[in-house]
Amino acid sequence: MNRTLCVALTTTALTAGAVNAQDYTKYGIKADVPGACSFEAIDAKDYTGRTLNIITHAIPVIGEPTALHATQFQELTGATVNVVHVPFGDLFQRIMIPFQTQQQAYDVLFYASLWLGDFNPFFAEVPAAYQETSGMKSVTETYRGIATVGGKMVQYTMDGDRHYLKYRSDVFSNPEMQAKFKEATGRDLTVPATWEEYNEVAAVFNNFDFDGDGAPNFGTAEVTKRDDLMFSAFISRVAPYAKHPDVKGGFFFDLETMTPLVNSPGWVRGLELFVAAQASMPPGGTSFGLGDEIFSFGGGQTLMSYSWDDAFVQAMQPDSPIRNKVAAAPLPGAKEVWNRTTNAWDTFETPNQVSYVTWGWSSAVAAASPNQDMAFDYLCFFSNEANTLADLQIGRFGVNPYRAEHFDAAFYQTEMGWDANVATTYADTLKSVDTAQNQVFDLRVPGVGEFMSSLAAGVARAQAGEATAQEALDGVAAEWTAIVERIGKDRVQAAYANVVALEDK
Amino acid sequence: MYRQKYLFLLPGLLVLVAIILFPLLFTIRVSFSSWDVYNPGLNWVGGENYGRLWEDARYWEALLRLTGLTVGTVLLQYTLGFALALLVWREVVARRLFRVLFLIPMMTTPVVMSVLWRTIFHESLGPLNPILEGIGIGAVPWLSQSTWSFIAVMIVEIWQWTPFMFLLLLAGLLSLPNEPFLAAKIDGAGPIRTFLSVTFPMLGAISVGAILIRLIEASKIMETVYVLTSGGPGTSTETSSYYIYIRGMRDFQIGYSAALSLTYLIIMIVTLTIVAKLLVRALVRDQA
Repeated sequence: MNRTLCVALTTTALTAGAVNAQDYTKYGIKADVPGACSFEAIDAKDYTGRTLNIITHAIPVIGEPTALHATQFQELTGATVNVVHVPFGDLFQRIMIPFQTQQQAYDVLFYASLWLGDFNPFFAEVPAAYQETSGMKSVTETYRGIATVGGKMVQYTMDGDRHYLKYRSDVFSNPEMQAKFKEATGRDLTVPATWEEYNEVAAVFNNFDFDGDGAPNFGTAEVTKRDDLMFSAFISRVAPYAKHPDVKGGFFFDLETMTPLVNSPGWVRGLELFVAAQASMPPGGTSFGLGDEIFSFGGGQTLMSYSWDDAFVQAMQPDSPIRNKVAAAPLPGAKEVWNRTTNAWDTFETPNQVSYVTWGWSSAVAAASPNQDMAFDYLCFFSNEANTLADLQIGRFGVNPYRAEHFDAAFYQTEMGWDANVATTYADTLKSVDTAQNQVFDLRVPGVGEFMSSLAAGVARAQAGEATAQEALDGVAAEWTAIVERIGKDRVQAAYANVVALEDK
Repeated sequence: MYRQKYLFLLPGLLVLVAIILFPLLFTIRVSFSSWDVYNPGLNWVGGENYGRLWEDARYWEALLRLTGLTVGTVLLQYTLGFALALLVWREVVARRLFRVLFLIPMMTTPVVMSVLWRTIFHESLGPLNPILEGIGIGAVPWLSQSTWSFIAVMIVEIWQWTPFMFLLLLAGLLSLPNEPFLAAKIDGAGPIRTFLSVTFPMLGAISVGAILIRLIEASKIMETVYVLTSGGPGTSTETSSYYIYIRGMRDFQIGYSAALSLTYLIIMIVTLTIVAKLLVRALVRDQA
């Protein structure tokens, strides 16, 4: 009798629970994750009659998830959400001009996180309640650091980016290719641990059909097109030569004096190797933009590449000819590192590897927004655990791992069907970037666009043979000095101190 | 009473002030400020931006490059446009079809065309290099070598804007009176003599107009460079408009880019005025 009663009560309770709990899987998530930003929590809010204005990137990268979650937010809360999509080339000025002219055009902003130095005076601090949500607490220390300026969290983390090495694991493990490499170089074929090794491997496997598909393959695909994020590729190559693990106080500048370091021997060595690698690129590879790099490596044309997740994700698409034939590794390092305190090259037995935590989309709420409560709710909903796990699986969304649980290889095996080796190298590499002792971050200071534009122009001159590496970078250093003077040394220095604090932690 | 007539001019004048004069005056004012990413607003820095501009080698190099690009493309557009117009001027098979076909490039958005051409020129994935290899010419580094990149930009410009020349010159040809041609025929002039002595001189005024319009438009080239080469390799295809875009929109140096723009505007007005006078003197007989 008692047993029958218990079963009856349990059945009633379960049935009642099922009736009360909403099914949010229709929104494309696997299951709602309880918390302050969950579907259920946001569903309980009522913003009927209020309007939220959002500016974001064009569809699909970030623009598509922005619009998707805006529609969901609108349905759940009754708010009217307007989303403005802007091409990347116009995004900075479309955000900056309303800020400078004191127009309250947008409540929520999506933008490149490296622009923080320019935008942060106009951002609202993320309220403590949102910093305490489960989703925000599981953001790794690296990405929380990126969101923070002077101890204040002003960016709402919804993406994590970094550069890492991608390579064709099927070629590296092929005995025939190993023999070919040994014959050419006298050493075993290994995943490059230094940029010299990278260039050597790329040269050996350049311009021949190493995968037997009838089309020639090439050594390396890199982002080399000026004004198309080439500066990030260049910094990846420079970092291990110029970011000494024992020298603190700045990678781009000497923090104390604000003297540019871009023409120091470490930077010059990196540029020389960047230029030398052009011989191992596919036809047209010396003018590859990010899209070209993605399709070159992701399409199986090249042996190696390094940049963000996109090319790796492209290679792992279900219809990709090289699905599960790729692997990830940390960026190559350097055995000789320039020590700017002693003005000498230091030699390392184990290569100096530097993790470059570069770019990443970010979001924020305008300080002048009258809808800050709704704006932060939207961002916490956008990046809640359930949405993020769904977004991570759609490559074109541009949302990449940034929470501790995102570095679990099992997720990529079970949810995305990756082979164990692929998933493990991917998750381990991302985790290693996140926990590395020697890291470089973007130059997040006022005028970063100007600094990077100048750097890209100088590097492009060396690539085109218009100047030597030293001449090109001397020119960049002179421009950087002028930019610092124009914007104000104190301002740039104060902002740069935040970057150095992240690197020297 | 007659003073009231000026009231009728007022709407037009207001529109003129709003859309031409105000932006121009505002740009002049901005060019004397240091408005940039950290100093918004119209402070006064005197001629600082103009002094900086004077020493900006990249700006002057871009201007020189633009001159070569503009003159080269417009001359080729004129020659090709004239040839095509002559081709379909007289009775030829499917004349109407050809006239429409020749106009298609001009009617397409420059950005879209540039994206298509970038795909065509793509040295790994594009169709052009395999064709060139197939006919024994060999692959060309269209977008990765300085000289070829410059030529690639020229090809796209010529392809897109030759139809404009074609259109104007064909209209001019169709409006020509028949008598001079009959007279030339009676005098025994052959086709070349007729062209040199009758057709070409009679199209002088239209030629000057077409060339000037294209010089003005070509000197503003921006989209093709932006999409095709981003000014590279190095700075080999960087034109004035693209450089001003970089300084203004990418670097957000609003004050400096205003100074660059105004200087560019003045140089263009002076240069094109001189060019116009020279062209009229050379091609329009009545003015000679």
